[in-house]
Amino acid sequence: MPERVHEITLTVNGTVRRVAVPGRRLLSDCLRHDLGLTGTHVGCEHGVCGCCTVLLDGEPVRSCLTFAVTADGHEITTVEGLADGERMSPVQRAFAECHGLQCGFCTPGFLCTVTALLRENPAPTDEEVLEGISGNLCRCTGYQNIIKAVHRAAELTAEES
Amino acid sequence: MTTKLFGEPVQRREDPRLLTGRGRYLDDLGPDALAAAFVRSPHAHALIRDIDVSDALDVDGLVAIYTWEDLPDRLAEPLPLLIPHPALTHGRTAHPLARERVRHVGEPVVMVVARDRYLAEDACALIRVDYEVLKPVVGVEEAAQGARLVHDDVPGNVGAHLVQEAPAADGRDARELIEDAPHTLAFRLDVERSASMPLEGRGVYARWDADDSSLRVYSSTQTSTSVRMAVAAKLGLPLPKVEVIAPDVGGGFGVKIVHPWPEEVLVPWAAMLLGREVKWAEDRREHFISSAHERAQVQFVRVGFDDDGRLLGLEVTILHDHGAYTPYGIIVPIITSTQLPGPYKLGAYRVEFSSVYTNTVQVTPYRGAGRPQAVFCMERTMDRIAAHLGLDRTAVRAANFIQPDEFPYDQGLTFQDGRPLIYDSGDYPESLRMLKELIGWDAFPAEKERAAAEGRRIGIGVGCYVEGTGVGPYEGGHVQITSDGRVHVSTGLTSQGQGHETVFAQIAATELGVPLERVSVVTGDTRRFGYAVGTFASRAAVMSGNAIALACRKVREKALRIAADALEADPRDLEITDGMVHVAGSPGAAIPLATVAVLSNPLRYAFDAEAARATQFAGASSPDRPPVDEGEEPGLEGRDYYSPIRSTFASGMHAAIVETDPLTAEIRILRYAVVHDCGNLVNPMIVEGQIHGGVAQGVGGALYERMVYDGHGQLLNASFMDFLMPYATEVPKVETAHLQTPSPLNPLGIKGAGEAGVIPVSAVIASAVEDAEGIPITRMPLSPSELFDLRRAAS
Repeated sequence: MPERVHEITLTVNGTVRRVAVPGRRLLSDCLRHDLGLTGTHVGCEHGVCGCCTVLLDGEPVRSCLTFAVTADGHEITTVEGLADGERMSPVQRAFAECHGLQCGFCTPGFLCTVTALLRENPAPTDEEVLEGISGNLCRCTGYQNIIKAVHRAAELTAEES
Repeated sequence: MTTKLFGEPVQRREDPRLLTGRGRYLDDLGPDALAAAFVRSPHAHALIRDIDVSDALDVDGLVAIYTWEDLPDRLAEPLPLLIPHPALTHGRTAHPLARERVRHVGEPVVMVVARDRYLAEDACALIRVDYEVLKPVVGVEEAAQGARLVHDDVPGNVGAHLVQEAPAADGRDARELIEDAPHTLAFRLDVERSASMPLEGRGVYARWDADDSSLRVYSSTQTSTSVRMAVAAKLGLPLPKVEVIAPDVGGGFGVKIVHPWPEEVLVPWAAMLLGREVKWAEDRREHFISSAHERAQVQFVRVGFDDDGRLLGLEVTILHDHGAYTPYGIIVPIITSTQLPGPYKLGAYRVEFSSVYTNTVQVTPYRGAGRPQAVFCMERTMDRIAAHLGLDRTAVRAANFIQPDEFPYDQGLTFQDGRPLIYDSGDYPESLRMLKELIGWDAFPAEKERAAAEGRRIGIGVGCYVEGTGVGPYEGGHVQITSDGRVHVSTGLTSQGQGHETVFAQIAATELGVPLERVSVVTGDTRRFGYAVGTFASRAAVMSGNAIALACRKVREKALRIAADALEADPRDLEITDGMVHVAGSPGAAIPLATVAVLSNPLRYAFDAEAARATQFAGASSPDRPPVDEGEEPGLEGRDYYSPIRSTFASGMHAAIVETDPLTAEIRILRYAVVHDCGNLVNPMIVEGQIHGGVAQGVGGALYERMVYDGHGQLLNASFMDFLMPYATEVPKVETAHLQTPSPLNPLGIKGAGEAGVIPVSAVIASAVEDAEGIPITRMPLSPSELFDLRRAAS
């Protein structure tokens, strides 16, 4: 028997998107496969690695632990929505400048997490940076340059505001 | 040449796309593809009595279900044994889908194809496999006892047994020298299983073009060229009709060098059969139970030494657990055996390993590939000797170092590439001097005393290694300069985040004298380059870097020759600067490479301004010679291969200061220092990044990561909840210093850097914890509860 689907409306990166999904469809799958926003990655599908982190009404959430239907009517920002047109955001530029990524698979989750972190706390201490990114796994970088990138992003944001 | 980019910390050209969500990883491709999912064995050892798919047939969106019985011809055979070895007398590989028997939890039994992954998994859940459960063999020691067998036709579960002996200069062997030594020690060491664990799992996506009878396969692999050959052979397709592409790959660390994985042949086969695109993306649990692990070994050590701690003889006997199958041969224990000597002169050495089958996931290389175990063994031995003689641990190491004037140094063994283990260059005393200065080795005892006065326990540890990198047999590079002045570089090996698009562009830009922006690099795409080995063994920069440099030199030579004609100059007087060929010291007479590219082709349709412009340079062609003269080719392009006589040997030394909690036994790394020598650095920023990441994985292996199998062969911690990979909070800041001892073996003088960071970390942490606690550390990883138990046992 075909699955029952639900019509939902999501505002993704500022654009209103209507999509029909089964109740069990994960938000990560909906973003990636229904809306074609494949920048959000799935690393474990049990909420530990943080690769799938997106901003739901501005707050970081694990899109692999969220049913798409529960995001109905909400605003979502994915990695595709962080840049200002062609100009990358301070967080994105800082990651490039500090070599804060290697394979890039975990990076979208870090970028969303750090974007929210710096909005809450524009000048975090080392401890606060560690705490802020301690829910995201990276297997390539050893985190050292990610930590550097967070501080650099804070600097860039301050310079540009 | 003025466009010097080699050696500069150039920012990565991969980053803009990866930072904006425009990377293309495997599961980002093929939005309309059908999805494959697998029924995998829930038992470690069982016979398959029956497979009943009837309930699954009702699932909406189901397309196909396949078992072993459906597989044709060569697909029904066991998968290839990639690296045979005379010592691997009982190599065994799995069938793509299990035939009659399963030998580990996670072995694929049934493949389901459906409209999407949810529906494919629905169908999997409804397929009933009737198993007759057999008692499994779990753990290397149970395997070695041989009471129960993983493969009925492998007596004693022993897949391979190998002895290598390197006698002393006077011909005496290790056992004899140990017997006669003034001091001897014997002890046992244990290293647990871990795994590569890239954040992107494996994945395959296949498109069959029925009109063209051709197949395109995308795979998250470390070797697209070999996957291509395997797919063509297994599916009976002509090689030119198969193309394989490694798209952006979310980490590899070794597990993706194995090929073909069952899914890499099954998914393309289904796509051909169904005439539809089919895709499979591995989920995390699948990765834990059906990909590959590494590391697990038990080592028995006997060592003889003199009063200064100089080694007279070393004998190591290794029990290596290779899991249920040996698709990748016995590379890992061979590397352990042969990299164990490190930077030392051993006197005489005897190493013996038995590689045994267990009913667990197969063991294939994970970053470091047997070296972390080797270094753990050698460096624990050095610390034991120091403790026994009451000497400083670095003094014992220094007493045994190969000296800078002793290169090339022959260790008298046969390395993983089947060639003699001869170190090409290095400076170990200088490396140790730099490390001691960086960590403050000599001042540490006072620091330790001060900490003790405050009730704190701290300890310092050290570890040294030598790493054979850049193993052959070859890699190639192709370079083409087109009439728009762009430089297109390709090489067959693949990328998983190492920044190859950047470093290979740096090499090409430097060699050709062109701006970096004009160079683009493609890796891992068989449409662009068909012959390659792959990315593993810290070989990409050494192998493809040099191949690309050689290809560039060919192109440069041709460009200068053509430009010399046009400028009526001697090619030996010409230079290329910023993409302009000019007479050295005389920038006036110049011709752009773009124009040279047009001139290189006698067919000059004026498609672009450059072609029109080129006519002013084109001299009259001689009516007595063909337009493309003998030995010439149209176009400004070149291809070359680099094939080294043997590996080049990088080295490094690490030191750490740790603090252990007197109450909870928690272990904290306070400082971590690395001195690293990988010859000439192409991009120091990228090399540092490789070291940071390697050390982090090493910290995981030293303190957190293990595969916990129960007696039934069930992997109890097959998720990121329970398999503890380090977060930012667990990894120390790594302080680095570089020594550059160029390799004499290759034109660029470089050595590999990819694996280095991970190699000595377990040894270093064990050394430091032992120093803090005064308890011998013989097993890694070491958890707080284990340290707590060790304290209790010691008191």
